[in-house]
Amino acid sequence: MSNSEYILEAVGLSKSFPGVKALDKVSLRVRPGTVHALMGENGAGKSTLMKCIYGMYSPDEGTISIDGKQVKIENPRNAMDQGIAMIHQELHPVRPQMVCENIFLGRIPYKKAAGVRWVDTKTLINETKQIFDRLGLDINPKQKVGELSTSYCQLVEIARAVSIGARVIIMDEPTSSLTETETEILFRIIGQLKSENVAIIYISHKIDEILQISDEITVMRDGKLVGTWPACEMTTDAIVSKMVGREMNDRFPPKSHTPGETILEVEGLTSPNPHSFQDVSFRVRRGEIFGIGGLVGSQRSELMEAIFGLRGVEKGTIRINGEEVKIHEPSDAISHGMALLTEDRRKTGILGPLSITDNTCVVEQNLNKSRYKAGIFLDQKKRNEDAQKYVDRLSTKTPSLKTTISTLSGGNQQKVLLGRWLLSEPDILILDEPTRGIDVGAKYEIYELMEELARNGKCVIMISSEMPELMGMSDRIMVMCEGHKSGILEGDEVSDERIMLLASTYESVREEVK
Amino acid sequence: MKEKKLSKFLVDNILYICLILMIVIIAVISPSFVSVRVLSDVLIQSAPKILLAMGMLVVIVAGGMDMTVGRLAGLGAVISGTLAQQSTYYLKFWPGLPELPIIVPILVSILVGMIMGAITGTIISKLKVPAFLAGVGLQLIIYGANLLLLKKAPNNSQPLAGYTESFTKFGTGAIFGINYLIIVAVAVMVLAYVILNKTTLGRNIYATGGNREAAKVAGINVYRIDLFVYMFCAALAALAGCMLAARTGSANASYAEGYEMDAIASCIIGGASFTGGIGNVPGAFLGVIIFSVISYGLTFVGLSSYWQNIAKGVIIIVAVALDMRKYATQK
Repeated sequence: MSNSEYILEAVGLSKSFPGVKALDKVSLRVRPGTVHALMGENGAGKSTLMKCIYGMYSPDEGTISIDGKQVKIENPRNAMDQGIAMIHQELHPVRPQMVCENIFLGRIPYKKAAGVRWVDTKTLINETKQIFDRLGLDINPKQKVGELSTSYCQLVEIARAVSIGARVIIMDEPTSSLTETETEILFRIIGQLKSENVAIIYISHKIDEILQISDEITVMRDGKLVGTWPACEMTTDAIVSKMVGREMNDRFPPKSHTPGETILEVEGLTSPNPHSFQDVSFRVRRGEIFGIGGLVGSQRSELMEAIFGLRGVEKGTIRINGEEVKIHEPSDAISHGMALLTEDRRKTGILGPLSITDNTCVVEQNLNKSRYKAGIFLDQKKRNEDAQKYVDRLSTKTPSLKTTISTLSGGNQQKVLLGRWLLSEPDILILDEPTRGIDVGAKYEIYELMEELARNGKCVIMISSEMPELMGMSDRIMVMCEGHKSGILEGDEVSDERIMLLASTYESVREEVK
Repeated sequence: MKEKKLSKFLVDNILYICLILMIVIIAVISPSFVSVRVLSDVLIQSAPKILLAMGMLVVIVAGGMDMTVGRLAGLGAVISGTLAQQSTYYLKFWPGLPELPIIVPILVSILVGMIMGAITGTIISKLKVPAFLAGVGLQLIIYGANLLLLKKAPNNSQPLAGYTESFTKFGTGAIFGINYLIIVAVAVMVLAYVILNKTTLGRNIYATGGNREAAKVAGINVYRIDLFVYMFCAALAALAGCMLAARTGSANASYAEGYEMDAIASCIIGGASFTGGIGNVPGAFLGVIIFSVISYGLTFVGLSSYWQNIAKGVIIIVAVALDMRKYATQK
């Protein structure tokens, strides 16, 4: 059937954008029935390579072959016809429609009667059921997609790819918003697909995951190919050093800060929503990195948003430097020296169509004694100087200060947002998943920054779902479970198992169990 | 490479090219079009629409849309008209009212506009009614109220007339050969430009339109932004109404009917985006001028006014389609 050992062979692909060479003669060879991991820092060119293969960009040079036969892929439609499917990082399901309609989108089976094409619902549902059975998925074909969780939407997308008869499935950071159980389901399905001789190109920043499921690993850096290796020959440190181009012995900077006196005291904070946080109390000190762990749904982010004035509070008090404060809206929190880097960069972080300068200065320009006030006008020069200062300090990669923030890579966007908050010189920084979707190099820089802030007597509160990060960075870790504080761990008490145990149970439940 | 540069130049400057092309075509058919008098007429006709477009621009940049401006301008025309009548006029709307200085009818209209703007902004921002639907509802309310006002005896739904000399002069007079209406329009453009680009408020308007949720997190009171933009827009609409009344020497409830659509179209072909956070004053101005040249120019060359609608429609679609290419070619 096939005269090539590779199902997909991309050779010498190059792609330039004005001012940048995003891909420089990169080759990728994928064998059928394997998981081929593609790794690299943000901006390394992974997405560009995938978009070239999927027909969303046309490469400047290079060839793509399927089963050893050279093909021309000009748009995603061509790619699909060649058996290539892509599961995007951000999913675009048609929400109000049923699962089965999403799977057969664009090719809904029909019966012709009286010259009209009538939807053949029976076939539609049966065929969807068949695909789900094959993949071992337990989803009702008639359910509305909007009612499914993100992870299930993703599984529906994969089922859709399978139903088209895809032989190469590209998955772009599929697990970034999945819980561990959901990730396991995904891995089971990937195993199933492998056994059916489907090849998977798997993009992820999670090295443990990659080592667990992939057969081969290709690493890219600065638009160039670093190399391809069998996964069994690789280790975490080896991958990291290949990605950043230098040896990385320490994933976390050395601890150099010492906690001082208490700055933030939260007591009995309770949400008006009975399913959200209930009766949470904790204290954080100056010069401390305070980690908050928990599973998805533990209401950690909601708790922090409430402290920051984005959500209502039914009862409980917040004290800063021993004085009770009333926070009704974010500007109150900001004037009390707080900052909140939100979890969802795109939704609540970046001002998409605005420039780096506008994005950097948006908090500072609204302070009561803003540096930019010049009568009724804004001091544009100072704004640009400040923006430049933080671009330099955080080594943000951007063509200019006028660049629209949405065109930067995730890591650089995050740096601009960090700069925005640092500019307002807060005492209490709340960082919600500060390194999500960010490459290793930028991660380390953010860790260093947190360390530096703590050293200078700031209080850093970090919500994180990444266990190594939580344990590696925090002085103390508060773990939450279903809106309740289930415990605070410190020093020797900290371990994977204890955090997981606390994250899945809270005290009252545990006592009932006893 | 050269070809690419040329096509990029064409795409980037399509609005200017369209405008110049139109003027050239009209001038070829009817050379007298290119004269100071005609061009100044075009500007005078555009003046009230420039006000509406500037107000609308600020709202669109903040991520909203104000569908009430046409009807509000109509209300502004009527209110100012009733207050600007000569004391000797036989059908005086408020019998016994003395002749007021010109500033009074204008300020009263603007004040009513600002109150309406505050209501619109609150309905959209606090009650979360989608801007389009809130506008459609308010449009009907304002129009109805305007008709009721005009029905009052002794006016009995007659169009207003009999304005004082100073009010008429506001609409038709000139200083150093420049019509007052043009001066007002230029002043409003400068004001809108300064607010949007040089003040914290302006940058907050862009931020709110760019990403409302993120703006909230950054400490911006987005309700206050909404309140400002809708009040600003409504005040300008009412002032535009005064200008229409003063220029035509009359007023009735259907003045400025449908002008909100022209204002929105001008902003959009001038580069503003419905998604918010994008838009600029020169672009919106150019949008207004393009529409005015079409309507004035086509009449000038003797084409039926029905053609104007078709030409306007074609321009909107072509301009926006070409504008989309600007983003498409970046791929």
